Amino acid sequence: MRYLPHTPEEIAAMLATIGAPNLDGLFDTVPTDCRMTGSWSLPAPKNEWELNEHMRALASAMQTNNRTKVLVGAGSYQHHIPETVRNLASRSEFLTAYTPYQPEMAQGTLQGIFEYQTLTARLLGVDVVNASMYDGASALAEALLMGLRIAKKHKRVAVSKAIHPHYRAVVRAYLQPAGFEVVELEFLASGRTDLSGLADLDDLAAVALQSPNFFGVIEDLEGSGTAIHGVGALFVTCFTEPLAYGLLRNPGSCGADIVCGEGQSFGIAPSFGGPGLGMFGCKEPFTRNLPGRLVGETKDLEGRRGYVLTLATREQHIRREKATSNICSNQGICALTAAMYLASLGGTGIRQLARLNHDKTQYLLNSLVKAGARRLFGGPVFNEFVVEFPADFRPARERLLAENIVAGLDLGALYPELADCYLFCVTEMISKQTMDTIAAEVGA
Amino acid sequence: MSEILGTGGLILNEPLLWHKGKKGRIGMSIPASDVPAAPIDRHLLGEAVDFPDLSEVDVVRHYTRLSQWNFGVDSGMYPLGSCTMKYNPKTNERQAATPAIASAHPMLADDLCQGTLQLLYELQQFLATITGLDAVSLQPAAGAHGELTGMLIFHAWHRSRGSQRHKILIPDTAHGTNPASAALCGFKAVPVKSDEQGMLDPALVASLMDEDTAGIMLTNPNTLGLFEERIREIAAVVHAKGGLVYGDGANMNAVLGVIDVKHCGIDVLHLNLHKTFSTPHGGGGPGAGPVCVTRELEPFLPVPRAIKVGDRYRLDSDQPLSIGRIHAFHGNFGVLVRAYSYILTMGEAGLKKASQLAVLNANYIKEQLKDVLHLPYDRPCMHECVFSDHKQQEYKISTVDMAKRLIDYGYHPPTIYFPLVVHGAMMIEPTETECKDDIDQFIATLKIITKEAVEQPELLRQAPQRTKVRRLDEVQAARCPCLIGPSGD
Repeated sequence: MRYLPHTPEEIAAMLATIGAPNLDGLFDTVPTDCRMTGSWSLPAPKNEWELNEHMRALASAMQTNNRTKVLVGAGSYQHHIPETVRNLASRSEFLTAYTPYQPEMAQGTLQGIFEYQTLTARLLGVDVVNASMYDGASALAEALLMGLRIAKKHKRVAVSKAIHPHYRAVVRAYLQPAGFEVVELEFLASGRTDLSGLADLDDLAAVALQSPNFFGVIEDLEGSGTAIHGVGALFVTCFTEPLAYGLLRNPGSCGADIVCGEGQSFGIAPSFGGPGLGMFGCKEPFTRNLPGRLVGETKDLEGRRGYVLTLATREQHIRREKATSNICSNQGICALTAAMYLASLGGTGIRQLARLNHDKTQYLLNSLVKAGARRLFGGPVFNEFVVEFPADFRPARERLLAENIVAGLDLGALYPELADCYLFCVTEMISKQTMDTIAAEVGA
Repeated sequence: MSEILGTGGLILNEPLLWHKGKKGRIGMSIPASDVPAAPIDRHLLGEAVDFPDLSEVDVVRHYTRLSQWNFGVDSGMYPLGSCTMKYNPKTNERQAATPAIASAHPMLADDLCQGTLQLLYELQQFLATITGLDAVSLQPAAGAHGELTGMLIFHAWHRSRGSQRHKILIPDTAHGTNPASAALCGFKAVPVKSDEQGMLDPALVASLMDEDTAGIMLTNPNTLGLFEERIREIAAVVHAKGGLVYGDGANMNAVLGVIDVKHCGIDVLHLNLHKTFSTPHGGGGPGAGPVCVTRELEPFLPVPRAIKVGDRYRLDSDQPLSIGRIHAFHGNFGVLVRAYSYILTMGEAGLKKASQLAVLNANYIKEQLKDVLHLPYDRPCMHECVFSDHKQQEYKISTVDMAKRLIDYGYHPPTIYFPLVVHGAMMIEPTETECKDDIDQFIATLKIITKEAVEQPELLRQAPQRTKVRRLDEVQAARCPCLIGPSGD
């Protein structure tokens, strides 16, 4: 076995040093009645060729591949990943290190994460960003728990029904066993969240919106923030497509107290939904309530600039059950990857790329409407939108699939009231020609 | 001893990203627009984002230089106790990057994703057979996430029986995350002291276990690197009072093929795929923390899970007792691909051998160093051994000094000051992928360091001296936190 370096002679010599008769003898402290009896049902070991062949077979069982045009977002986006990002993020000095407990040996990771925190804070308009959470959904759950910690006595939070349904499911799983109540807010004909009932909800610690929301609609964050603060609750915003903030006003500038979401769009492959990147930041007064790891700048013995993990007194290994969260391992290399991607884009590039996503999306939306589809929500959109077709869209969708195009996501399973409505997503990967093909199928 | 590993090296300085670049540069290709510009409401428009503009070369040099300030398993021995820093096979990276897998979208119909669903299904089966438990959820994204999932399952199981319990027993030899994970579910942690052998005493557990206690969360092998020999008795005590037993399986690397988790009396166990199953730790993640349970607890697992119907795979969410979702999609799928590839490569014999050699390496180190370092629990260990700085205290040398001196010699230090039950703990986990020569050199180095502690203690107090930066002022970092770079800088 090529990963196991011991020769029989070395094993014998080491056993002699230890005073054990054989390898099995090393386990004498394990009682007999705890032992594994019988053998496992595992396939025979594969060499590298056989493993490659096996994975090729799994890949060929997929009906989509990297040439498929996927016009579905819904929390996972097909964006171009530059070869530089792929290459740099796979450098093993980064990849095979662990959490930087020994900062003198991990300045690469630490400066890289400090830069990630900084770029993300600038993008989202917040004062502090942590070193990452597992994903957008658990980040939202942790944001609401943080809101409940800050608000202390309150036991209830409200979340928009236009937040990704999976994110809301994770919020319920995290909050309800601890005795917190999660209220859902309806959406309007514009696709934006209806906040008119907020005043009737007492005991509210925090209210969460997603923008652009699950329907792609850009929420009125500033107006919502005023309404939410007006009832004395914290304003939490989340996102699944942070590229939007290359173009749109960011949540911090609209008054959000806690901002979180999924950063997979920034140089990370969809990979069937993970690993992604839980992005998480807040306004300064709440820094010590943050979950997760933080990197801070400091100096070494000789006065040189350096970085360490800091404010650990919030964390599980110091505060035990009083910690702000139980998270320790997070999505380190994904945060570093996102920073590499944002550095490659730059301020000029992120504007250009966001604009391109917006313009292409408008093009498809207009084309589909011209072909007879109805735009479901009137609110402004970024790179996703919902339409309804005059006739059954399924046959056209099947024909497009045969051309390696996945045309939208049927919302019926997620929102029964939106059966036969489709959520589309357009990124820079989708050409005008592909969009014209879809519109032609709809018009056919 | 042969030539030491550590040298001064050629380490280049590198500024922060925003001190580089020039306005108007770009580091990646953006396609030209092939559609008309669309109007956008000016009230929605934000200001330009304050990012530096860098060229491709700027970006490549920046991160290449940063990487050279880092140390990973590929650089050298990384005996960080409890973290299982074994070699991360390169072929597993390739498998996770398989184009049809890396580009798979998580929201598409099951029929379009048979390959990824088959992988999920088979990995669930593999982990069940390896642990001896019956059913598996792959959603948890890390060990602590698995612990939380386990506690949510405890909560839901008790509730399904019409009871709500408020306490949970947590030994002092359990992992540090356990109390925080339990607290997230509203359980109050009740500490359980280990005895002078580092073992849990069933009588003590019996005295603490009552009908308001949901169960026990223990780590086995525990954080002293010792196997809890009376685990079956402890489990029986907890079960008799209507509680459940949670096993933190972070240390499973010691006992693959040796223990049957179900025979041990454990109801819920999480595995750390980034430890036992060799996936890279990424400077702090992503990991994966699948949860394995008994048949009785299967209905409470997170949804969806992959199932097989005839010769097709699909996702099943129809589980009314389930705790729900704990990840937006299927957990850290790319990590699951790597662990799956590792299991396929190792096979049964390879995995069992890995545990044997991990335990061999740890016991070998323990035997060779116990003359120069104090060994608080002198008994056969599993995959790691825990020393203390007791013998060095008279020279005013503490664990941190020895750890920092190891850096100058080219090693990542062990885990230090954990577990808390050992004062000045130094927890060494070599893993099975280190060969005898390298372990011998590591042992020789620690012996030299203990000698230096007597003869030249200042060398230790001033260490490390060969790194990019020397010891950093952590107090200042926490007192006046500087967590992001200044804007407009």
